[in-house]
Amino acid sequence: METILGIDLPTWWFLVVGGVFSGYAILDGFDLGAGALHLFFKKEESRRIALNAIGPVWDGNEVWLVIGGGALFAGFPVVYATVFSAFYELFMVFLVMLILRAISIEFRSKEPMKWWRQLWDISYSFASIAIALALGLVLGNVIQGIAVDQNYTYRGTLLDFFNPYSLLVAVTTLALFMMHGAIYLVMKTENRLYAKLTILVKNTTIFFVLMFALTSVVTLLFVPHMVARYKEIPYMFGVPLLAIVATANITRQISARRYRWAFVSSTLVTASLMLLVAVGLYPNIMLSTLDARFHLTVFNGASSPKTLKTLLLIAAIGVPLVATYTAFVFWTFRGKVHLDDSSY
Amino acid sequence: MKEPFFVLIKKELPNYPLATMDAILLSRIQFAFTVAFHYIYPPLSIGLGVVLVIMEGLYLRTGDRIYEQMTRFWIRIFALIFGIGVATGIVMEFEFGTNWAVYSRYVGDIFGSALAAEGIFAFALESGFLGILLFGWNRVSPKVHFFSTIMVALGSMFSAIWIVVANSWQQTPAGFKIEGSGLNARAVVTDFWEMVFNPSSMERLAHVLVGSLLAGSFLVLSVNAYYLLKKRHETIAKAGFKIALVVATVAGLMQLFTGHRSADGVAKNQPAKLAAFEGHYDSLAVADMYLLGWVDARKETISGISIPKGLTYLIHGDFTTPVKGLKSFAPNDRPSAVNFVFQTYHIMVSIGMALIGLTLLASFLWWRGKLFDHRWLLQVFAWSVLLPQIANQMGWYAAEVGRQPWVVYGLLRTSDALSQALRAEQVLFSLILFTVVYALLFVLFLYLLNKKIKHGPVDDAHHVEEVPLFSKRDNPIL
Repeated sequence: METILGIDLPTWWFLVVGGVFSGYAILDGFDLGAGALHLFFKKEESRRIALNAIGPVWDGNEVWLVIGGGALFAGFPVVYATVFSAFYELFMVFLVMLILRAISIEFRSKEPMKWWRQLWDISYSFASIAIALALGLVLGNVIQGIAVDQNYTYRGTLLDFFNPYSLLVAVTTLALFMMHGAIYLVMKTENRLYAKLTILVKNTTIFFVLMFALTSVVTLLFVPHMVARYKEIPYMFGVPLLAIVATANITRQISARRYRWAFVSSTLVTASLMLLVAVGLYPNIMLSTLDARFHLTVFNGASSPKTLKTLLLIAAIGVPLVATYTAFVFWTFRGKVHLDDSSY
Repeated sequence: MKEPFFVLIKKELPNYPLATMDAILLSRIQFAFTVAFHYIYPPLSIGLGVVLVIMEGLYLRTGDRIYEQMTRFWIRIFALIFGIGVATGIVMEFEFGTNWAVYSRYVGDIFGSALAAEGIFAFALESGFLGILLFGWNRVSPKVHFFSTIMVALGSMFSAIWIVVANSWQQTPAGFKIEGSGLNARAVVTDFWEMVFNPSSMERLAHVLVGSLLAGSFLVLSVNAYYLLKKRHETIAKAGFKIALVVATVAGLMQLFTGHRSADGVAKNQPAKLAAFEGHYDSLAVADMYLLGWVDARKETISGISIPKGLTYLIHGDFTTPVKGLKSFAPNDRPSAVNFVFQTYHIMVSIGMALIGLTLLASFLWWRGKLFDHRWLLQVFAWSVLLPQIANQMGWYAAEVGRQPWVVYGLLRTSDALSQALRAEQVLFSLILFTVVYALLFVLFLYLLNKKIKHGPVDDAHHVEEVPLFSKRDNPIL
């Protein structure tokens, strides 16, 4: 099999797809988290500031989802087709929530009535929470595996997705995003809203640490295949260690009120958790609970070597470009939020 | 072709066809609905992008504030259109996998790389530089801003390239081989460039891009005609109208050429589709060209007003060579909704001709110095924004329904492309969801568009984002 730097092409593409989805989790994670916290802010001005803190970037953050979906389709069409058709209802609700969320953000500021703004605030926050939970639920099921048969057909039901473990992962994902979002917002705000957010940051961090610990214990006890890889290659334990250290660092930075560093740490936590799952799964992407022969791996689920090479070339040029402009946009909108007449 | 794909599926999944018949129909309706809705927006951004480049280029050359104001105004409209295009585009990307899993596996090797290239090059270029377009007026030099406008326009065209290439591959597959069989069958790229430059991709791309120019320029014409009718912003409106009229006139004439090329390509590559376009049943007969007509698909006849031997002449350049009719194809290898294909195709062509007439008339009046003297003409232009939209939609309906029963022409049937475990009630559920949310989205679009148009291209300097510059210490991100 063809390799680049000793790593075969499907594995390279697995890294690219994983990297893009991690980028998505980090970027959309904080604006979804901000949305989940939205109803905690009671005053109209606070809500506007919170919305405008994500205003110029949330749309760009979603671009990473588009790229991730395309990357999965391109490099692992078998996995893409199988997973997307299996999670049919979940993904449809997810899509509709994405649109509802965009509509809420845009509609909210267009009329001054109190009921009008309250209505869109609720739908915005509801959609943000639903999206975070849906992402976590899918992740939980991917970790566990689903009932896929030899024809890549899902043989379970919708209710099977709502198993205890996946629900746990869903809530943990929400907790992570809420913490990430709270830290983002605290960096962007001043005065009373800032004071309120410092408390929210603490509470959401406690919430996340509890959920993270619980999920870890449950995974160790009940999802043995996620642990196998780590036992095989002990230095891989560096990944969970990184997640734990970064989490611990968040609490340290928060008490010192160094929120920028707390944000860097929560970014690291998100990235290391994604890596944690990726290492645990590899070389599988979608496990079959019916039979190990039906597992979809980076090898049997991948495109042809020729296409993978084309894709890697595209990624080598494209990903740095996207990363550069993302950094540029964030740089342009740095600093605390100040409302003006072009704001939401 | 070589692999009787559908036969194998039926062997492997005995209950497949009956159990999923409704799911197929519903999935087709859902895909058609979501993609048709989506397609309101990309042509507008492509066309508007070009108009924006011209406007801002004129501003840089002349330094006239009028051009700056209209550029700022249309950038705001562009952002709205782009935003909704993104939201509805994500849906398309998901639907291939959710509803058409067999198809996705089959074409992933080919379609996937085009889609990934679209996402990472075109889409990223467009959305990245759009931020500068909107918020960068005070932060970058006019030349850098102009450069960004060009990048956004190019980005929107690049996405058309990759999407039309992928779709054209479905019409005229090339540069591939089939590996595996049954549910494991998939098309694998053997020659990337042969795949990209498949027989129909370039002529269809030209047709789509020019159609987009018409959509974008007629939006500008329409809004400016509205201002002139209301006697608001007249100086800007007149200047903007003329820019868009140039684009629309050139595009209209170009469409005559690209349209003819596309039809020639269809005649060569997809004769069954061409026969459906023209409602031509009789095998191997000299063909008339119907200007208006009605197809009775059951009796396999057509009636209407026709130019004798017109179709034969258009395709072959003589009056004697026969044109392959629908009857030359087995009933299950040719489109069944012939009247639908015929009508949509003819509506598209008629609108195209009307647009050419309208723009030529307006150009003539401009030449005579009477462009803005006729209220009726402005009223026609104010409503004309709908025409290219309808033509674009109808053209795609004809192209896609005319391709049936194939999803990949001659290789994979639409009925075999569906996700296997998909049930009708699942699709019904999502279809209802999309209908509700898209209705809301469309209301939002019209509401915001109306608001922006009513506000008009004025007082812009006050609305420019003024983000206070902070010292590095206060910078939360970096």
